[in-house]
Amino acid sequence: MTTVAVKPATMAQALTRAMRDAMAADPSVHVMGEDVGTLGGVFRVTDGLAEEFGEDRCTDTPLAEAGILGTAVGMAMYGLRPVVEMQFDAFAYPAFEQLVSHVAKTRNRTRGKMPLPLTIRVPYGGGIGGVEHHSDSSEAYYMATPGLHVVTPATVADAYGLLRAAIASDDPVVFLEPKRLYWSKDSWNPEEPTAVEPIGRAVVRRSGRSATLITYGPSLPVCMEAAEAARAEGWDLEVVDLRSLVPFDDETVCASVRRTGRAVVVHESGGFGGPGGEIAARVTERCFHHLEAPVLRVAGFDLPYPPPMLERHHLPGVDRILDAVGRLQWEAES
Amino acid sequence: MTVMEQRGAYRPTPPPAWQPRTDPAPLLPDAEPYRVLGTEAAAKADPELLRRLYTELVKGRRYNAQATALTKQGRLAVYPSSTGQEACEVAAALVLAEQDWLFPSYRDTLAVVARGVDPVEALTLLRGDWHTGYDPHEHRVAPLSTPLATQLPHAVGLAHAARLKGDDVVALAMVGDGGTSEGDFHEALNFAAVWQAPVVFLVQNNGFAISVPLAKQTAAPSLAHKAVGYGMPGRLVDGNDAAAVHEVLADAVRRARAGGGPTLVEAITYRVEAHTNADDATRYRGDAEVETWKQHDPIALLEHELTGRGLLDETGVETARQDAETMAASLRARMNQDPALDPMDLFTHVYAEPTPQLLEQREQLRAELAAEAEPEGAQR
Repeated sequence: MTTVAVKPATMAQALTRAMRDAMAADPSVHVMGEDVGTLGGVFRVTDGLAEEFGEDRCTDTPLAEAGILGTAVGMAMYGLRPVVEMQFDAFAYPAFEQLVSHVAKTRNRTRGKMPLPLTIRVPYGGGIGGVEHHSDSSEAYYMATPGLHVVTPATVADAYGLLRAAIASDDPVVFLEPKRLYWSKDSWNPEEPTAVEPIGRAVVRRSGRSATLITYGPSLPVCMEAAEAARAEGWDLEVVDLRSLVPFDDETVCASVRRTGRAVVVHESGGFGGPGGEIAARVTERCFHHLEAPVLRVAGFDLPYPPPMLERHHLPGVDRILDAVGRLQWEAES
Repeated sequence: MTVMEQRGAYRPTPPPAWQPRTDPAPLLPDAEPYRVLGTEAAAKADPELLRRLYTELVKGRRYNAQATALTKQGRLAVYPSSTGQEACEVAAALVLAEQDWLFPSYRDTLAVVARGVDPVEALTLLRGDWHTGYDPHEHRVAPLSTPLATQLPHAVGLAHAARLKGDDVVALAMVGDGGTSEGDFHEALNFAAVWQAPVVFLVQNNGFAISVPLAKQTAAPSLAHKAVGYGMPGRLVDGNDAAAVHEVLADAVRRARAGGGPTLVEAITYRVEAHTNADDATRYRGDAEVETWKQHDPIALLEHELTGRGLLDETGVETARQDAETMAASLRARMNQDPALDPMDLFTHVYAEPTPQLLEQREQLRAELAAEAEPEGAQR
């Protein structure tokens, strides 16, 4: 038995590796976007792909997001499997019509005759000190569009596994990459990156008995930190990482909430009209008789994303999460 | 270093040499729309092609009339007619080889039918029993695009993909004059030119975007001139001269097939009917204008040419008319049957596999339908 040294790798490296392996395994996989070729992407996530596979497989496109996604639709119609990079969350908005009116609808429109196997990679969320238009949490827009899968990894291993699964999917997948986790490191073996996680399954990252934190993407590390800090308060928190917002894993989420009887949804996106409202409603509808307290939301404020020097006041942190946990009607229990 | 710091050592230096990236002159459209019928060029046109165009034009006009009648009978939800634009519709379909792709807009069901799609399937969207009624891969016809110009980048991407695979495929994308104001028009033409994709863009300038005339749409010398800005040739053609439209499109398809890149063709035509049956054209244009264009009718122009040159006689005209009536009778009979509807289909094709949420909702609808089917008294 050989032991392969497990070296720390970053999420960005795992994503690169996922695209590289997908391109090597399937000649129909094409990467395209702004600066993805020679430069390797502004976050270097496509680093080396143009060099290894040529510019026809990893293409620097003109600077036009609707055109990028629109031409990718045509490429998918012809049997290719495009992986599109939108440079930043807020730069993906020009492609919105293509996404909503064509990417999401063409399979249904044609009764399954014209599926569009497309992956749209979107670096999203804040916490990197970005100036305006570089830190949006745009997941609620995508979640509200039937026909799309919406996936977001929170760990290095998931970044690889979920991106491979997204590229292999015959449905369009909006793949949201938490950009502040691009440089997060984890023990992950790039020599044996075999585990391709199925899309649509949440995972319990930390078991606990007191309450469930339901979260995803950039907020997972914050929730893990909050769960550690909560021990001092006597709370044993469970943390569920959704991984996939669409489809939504009611089963895993509700199983956890039924065990703990309390839940807090945590995300960077604004609370009003954000994913947390949907999640809280689903949990309440399904687990009402198990709940000891209303499902609470810890979210970004309902603001245009703040300037970088003020963003720490906007982003949900450990304290805001613990405050919410403290409001879960513990007195009523005793 | 500033000039001051260089203490007079600075010599003004010209920037690196500049030259245009491509010579714009050959890209410019002609001063006049290209015409064949009634000109010397007509003598060189293939008589068989002209007769074929004539038959299809007559059939196309009858198809438009039949579809419009079906809206009045409640059999179609809406119909955007291409009456008066049949030359463009038919030529766009006939100019393509079997392996090529057509990307139509919502007004182009006639082109879709002329390409070989069953008219009942082509009209599914407008009847409303589903969105796209045909298999796009069967006839290589993309779904009718209702959003404006969004189908153009699809055509570019498909043609680009085919070229990457080494396949001999040209994509022809259709759009109206209003659509040229959309960002997707610009982005599609830019991508096509940068990638030298084998695409032909056919703009049918029919004078109006619903009610808005071209003068409020653009200040360009012509829509064909827009091609120059992208580095592709622009061609102007009389859109009611079927022989001319066919020739210009055939040249563009040939050029694309040979690796010469995309072409923008502006066909000057006229939307004789209102935008759709739900529109009232008298609110924004006068009868005199419509009558003028009716005198420049695509069928009359071609028939005049063919009969004048002895290529078509009374019998030929009558045969074309009867072919069209047969098509219309069949379409009428088939459209008068209620389409089969299965509400469960709503959930089948949203994803390759329905999500757990959709499976739950499908069961909800199934239960609602079962309750509906129960006898009146049994309902709560």
